[in-house]
Amino acid sequence: MRGNPEAHELIAATSLAETLARLAEEPGVWTPIAGGTELMVAHAAGRLSAQKLMSLSTVPELSFVKVDAHSVSIGGGTTFGQIRRHATIASDFPLLAQAAGWIGSIANQNRATLAGNIVNGSPAADAPPALLVYDAEIELISQRGSRRIPYADFHLGYKQSVLERDELVLALHLPSRFENHVRYLRKVGTRNAMAITKVALAATALIAEGRVTEIRLAAASLADRPLRLTATEAVLFNKTLSRGIRAAARTALLNEVRPIDDIRSTTMYRSHVAANLLDEFLDALEHKQAAELIA
Amino acid sequence: MSPTPQTRIVGTPQIRKEGVDKVLGRAKYVDDLEREGMWYGATVRSTIPRGLIRQIHYDERIDWTEFVIVTAADIPGKNHIQMIAADQPCLADGMVNHCNEAIILLAHPDKHRLPDAAAAIRIDYDPLPPVLSIEESETRQQIVWGEDNIFKQFHLEKGNVDEAWAKAAHILEGEYRTGAQEHLYIENNGAIAEYSDAEGITVWGSLQCPFYVHKSLMAVFDLPAEKVRVIQVETGGAFGGKEDYPSIIASHAGLLARKADRPIKMIYDRMEDLAATTKRHPSRTCHRTAVDKDGKLLAMEIEIATDGGAYSTLSSTVLSRATLHSTGPYVCPNIRITSRAWATNTVPSGAFRGFGAPQSIFAIERHMEQIARAVGVDSAEIRRRNFLHDGDTTATEQVMVEPVILDTLLERALKESDYHARRKQFTLDNPHSPIKRGMGIAAFYHGSGFTGSGERYLNSLAGIDVTPQGKVRVLVSSTEFGQGTNTILPQIAAESLGVGYDDVIMAPSDTSVVPNSGPTVASRTSMVVGHLIERSGHQLIAMLQAEAALPDSYTARDFFAACERYRELHDKVESLCRYEAPPNIYWDDQKYRGEAYPAFAWAVYVAEVAVDTTTYSAEVKNFCTVQEVGRVLNPTLAAGQIEGGVAQGIGYALYEKVLLKNGHMFNNQMTNYIMPTAQDVPPISVIFEEIPFNHGAYGAKGIGELPHDGPAPAILNAIQDAIGENFTSIPLLPEDIFARMATHISVNITVGEPLAV
Amino acid sequence: MSPVWPQIQLIINGQSTTVETPPMKRLLDVLREDLGLTGTKEGCGEGECGSCSVRMNGELVNSCLVPILQADGARIETVEGLAIDAELHPLQKAFLECGGAQCGICTPGMLMAATHLLAHNPRPSMDEIREGLAGNLCRCTGFIKIFESVIAAAAMKGTAHDAR
Repeated sequence: MRGNPEAHELIAATSLAETLARLAEEPGVWTPIAGGTELMVAHAAGRLSAQKLMSLSTVPELSFVKVDAHSVSIGGGTTFGQIRRHATIASDFPLLAQAAGWIGSIANQNRATLAGNIVNGSPAADAPPALLVYDAEIELISQRGSRRIPYADFHLGYKQSVLERDELVLALHLPSRFENHVRYLRKVGTRNAMAITKVALAATALIAEGRVTEIRLAAASLADRPLRLTATEAVLFNKTLSRGIRAAARTALLNEVRPIDDIRSTTMYRSHVAANLLDEFLDALEHKQAAELIA
Repeated sequence: MSPTPQTRIVGTPQIRKEGVDKVLGRAKYVDDLEREGMWYGATVRSTIPRGLIRQIHYDERIDWTEFVIVTAADIPGKNHIQMIAADQPCLADGMVNHCNEAIILLAHPDKHRLPDAAAAIRIDYDPLPPVLSIEESETRQQIVWGEDNIFKQFHLEKGNVDEAWAKAAHILEGEYRTGAQEHLYIENNGAIAEYSDAEGITVWGSLQCPFYVHKSLMAVFDLPAEKVRVIQVETGGAFGGKEDYPSIIASHAGLLARKADRPIKMIYDRMEDLAATTKRHPSRTCHRTAVDKDGKLLAMEIEIATDGGAYSTLSSTVLSRATLHSTGPYVCPNIRITSRAWATNTVPSGAFRGFGAPQSIFAIERHMEQIARAVGVDSAEIRRRNFLHDGDTTATEQVMVEPVILDTLLERALKESDYHARRKQFTLDNPHSPIKRGMGIAAFYHGSGFTGSGERYLNSLAGIDVTPQGKVRVLVSSTEFGQGTNTILPQIAAESLGVGYDDVIMAPSDTSVVPNSGPTVASRTSMVVGHLIERSGHQLIAMLQAEAALPDSYTARDFFAACERYRELHDKVESLCRYEAPPNIYWDDQKYRGEAYPAFAWAVYVAEVAVDTTTYSAEVKNFCTVQEVGRVLNPTLAAGQIEGGVAQGIGYALYEKVLLKNGHMFNNQMTNYIMPTAQDVPPISVIFEEIPFNHGAYGAKGIGELPHDGPAPAILNAIQDAIGENFTSIPLLPEDIFARMATHISVNITVGEPLAV
Repeated sequence: MSPVWPQIQLIINGQSTTVETPPMKRLLDVLREDLGLTGTKEGCGEGECGSCSVRMNGELVNSCLVPILQADGARIETVEGLAIDAELHPLQKAFLECGGAQCGICTPGMLMAATHLLAHNPRPSMDEIREGLAGNLCRCTGFIKIFESVIAAAAMKGTAHDAR
């Protein structure tokens, strides 16, 4: 344990209003800490630079799952354990429930929060690809008010986002319109459990009368941020899945991604496995297409 | 095969002696202990792999008067860690030879103050060019150890290798590499030390060999034996990683305790333990082999190189075992082996389960696979044609006088793993699936106990005594660290004395209490030390019969009553025995010829592997083990050893990689050093054949290291079966499989430019 | 002037207690140092090995990653609370009989993870057992006898532990 507990101040906010007031009064001074699964690792490694921390675990307004006719809203302070176990999320947004089950271990899932996973900004984060292919909106809140933007616009670069210093992630809103979509999520890690992602691909798509009428592709660990593969989507959108289109999609993906060599894996491996994952997904989509044509 | 003799307690699944404490969370490991007035210690380590220490700066912002600071100048005795040689400094003095070498020690009452203080010490170096690989060391452009960078070398000849090539139908060459491996005991290294001029030094530690530490401390502190006391406390895993390293941390804690005049606790965190402590020797083994048209071995020429790191530690004995296991369990009339352990500027390599055998067995068992293919024979058959049998001689001309049942083990393993049927099915299924499956075999032996005259040299003493409270105590320096010492030795004692398992306890692993029964290594505890306990038990019965009227037929009660009568006469009830070598063990250290080991454990392992060509990942789906280890003393513990060793072997093959940059392990966190989890281990079947060995306790031979020898080659053989690729280096990661398979596809596409992050 | 640390209320294995500590002290260290409950171990400090696992408000957590302030008012269960008086928990019995503990350092965390698993899933499949224990590393056993122990414990009935 290389951190010194006495060198850090930690207070427990008990309401959202109190939290936002503090962030507004002293922007950049208070570091929010939710589940602690990132910050406490830094603390133990002697690398926690934040001297003043504000615990969000006792702010009830951040932990919720609300289901209405059109969407499901998940509070930023909701843990991945809660996400996994929520019946509606499991049925309507299975990719998110699946991703939740991949975050660390069960013990980590019981503490790690949705907002933490996003705000930490790791390109390898497990939840973002699923959020991207479900067209999520992210709601940010400050004392000045709240704003909703497409989650796809949230990350700006490596560990950079649009989050202002006085803002928190209040919620992610997922539109309930994916029940008929063909879906796919696969994570490739260093082992079957407790693995940081080397490459992951998420996808949702609709195919009708042989054409791809909707397609969303998103990836982890293929760029400096969670990535929507818009160029690859463009190749597939409104097309039939011929061999030529599939080859073009593969090429587009290989050109679109920007992976790196790092402690876990290599550029070439990541790219080619991502392309293989795309093929695997397109196989599933083709089967749906074939089924449709027979019907 | 003689039938296994009937026993009451030996051979039964007695409950682990210290098990209740462990499941209650009551077992005390070194970090659970406190001493009154204790301070905490930390180590300042080198940041370069090789160089001279020019100056040390202590930042003025720290009040250094609060700290106790120890350097080499504070060492009262010798500044070296006495192992086989004494080339490793206790603290670097003027020069460093590897990253993370210990230079300065700090102590403070508040452990949270230590990291900042350590960071506030700046060391200026004059760097020297480091040697960072076997190949660099071999060029001898830099001499970093001795005259020629060689810690040790062996040369072994049998028959006439040079004449055999001309007669060969096939000559096969191959080069095989194994990487470093970290023990990853879940409990990091730790020690608590107390020192006084009157009493000397006492150390409590997480360790395997109290007397190794004892010997090292005598040298560092210039103290006589009776003023050094080493106590092993509950140890959370070791695997060889706490065989030699504890002498270092014990010395460090002791030096601080002496200067601070108070107890010192020194516990490494995971990052420090990974970066600074010993690892398995990396290796490179080259084979050149002549076989006849039927695949029978005519000649083997083997060249072995290991990377010993910066100091010699145990490199000579690891090299010895690598050499003696490099020809596999096969008959070959002409053999030449040249082996060398090389010095590099990396963290010194040390003992790790298998001790050189996993490295060279990987090579020979991969090589046999290539021989099989060249000859056009299957993997099982090539081995059958070459197996050792009773009466055959090994590379060192040791005659197999004990039964060798490799054929039986092979047949059993093939049957148990459903080898032929599955391979047939895989041949049909593989073309239609992205998942390619295959099966692989490894056949091997592991020599039990120390090589050659090693046991004679150890001259172990062990035995039992009886307390006035009516308990038999086992007196050994053999330690428990999960493998079951504290259970099987009482089982043996109870059996030989005719009392109950619960009548026997272990004496504390305290050098002031127990005799030196040798280190807890080399798979010798059951066979050698257990045998001393067995003999001590019989000896005590004879003593009680002779002098305390113990009847021929007696109950436990009678036994203890007789002990009390004996105590009246002699003040204590104690029976010790000294090691006696089995007859006809001759070993020539110069020519490396003779009885290399008194006994061998034998095994055939079969791995079933699935390679996912979407992700290039290989996963072990099933693992079958069949072994002959003499008498199985406790079936639960024995199976536990096999299962645990196989899991470590799977990690060695497919997951565990030590990443070095300029000689520093930079993946020194558990999140980045990957061992298999509960979702990564396959079902493992464990089958024992038993051929009792007369000179081992109740027929036991060694078992602890054997299971780490087989998995890696079996797995890579299975991968070759699945996808037809010959991989010769471990760890084999998906990125490596991809890189090889990508050379078969034309990769004609530009990937988007990677961003530097 | 020395700092004033907050008072943290904890219910440890059913017993209420209060500690006064820096709020960023890890729950792991509070258990081991302030409360003398050394059964919970530190293996990595990164939330990877699970040897620090405890149950907090019924949920399995890695106590090395919980700042003590966030445990204020929480119900904490550690290995020391598994046995009831002299009677071992079925999992503890099973670990003994099946060889689930070798060196024992992962055992407390493993027992807590297994307790958590069986509390939510009294008859887990092998896959569910593997997943339930995936956050707890064992270097000695290869996990096999740990799986066997959990299966054996799940089959044991009729003890004082059934309700927990």
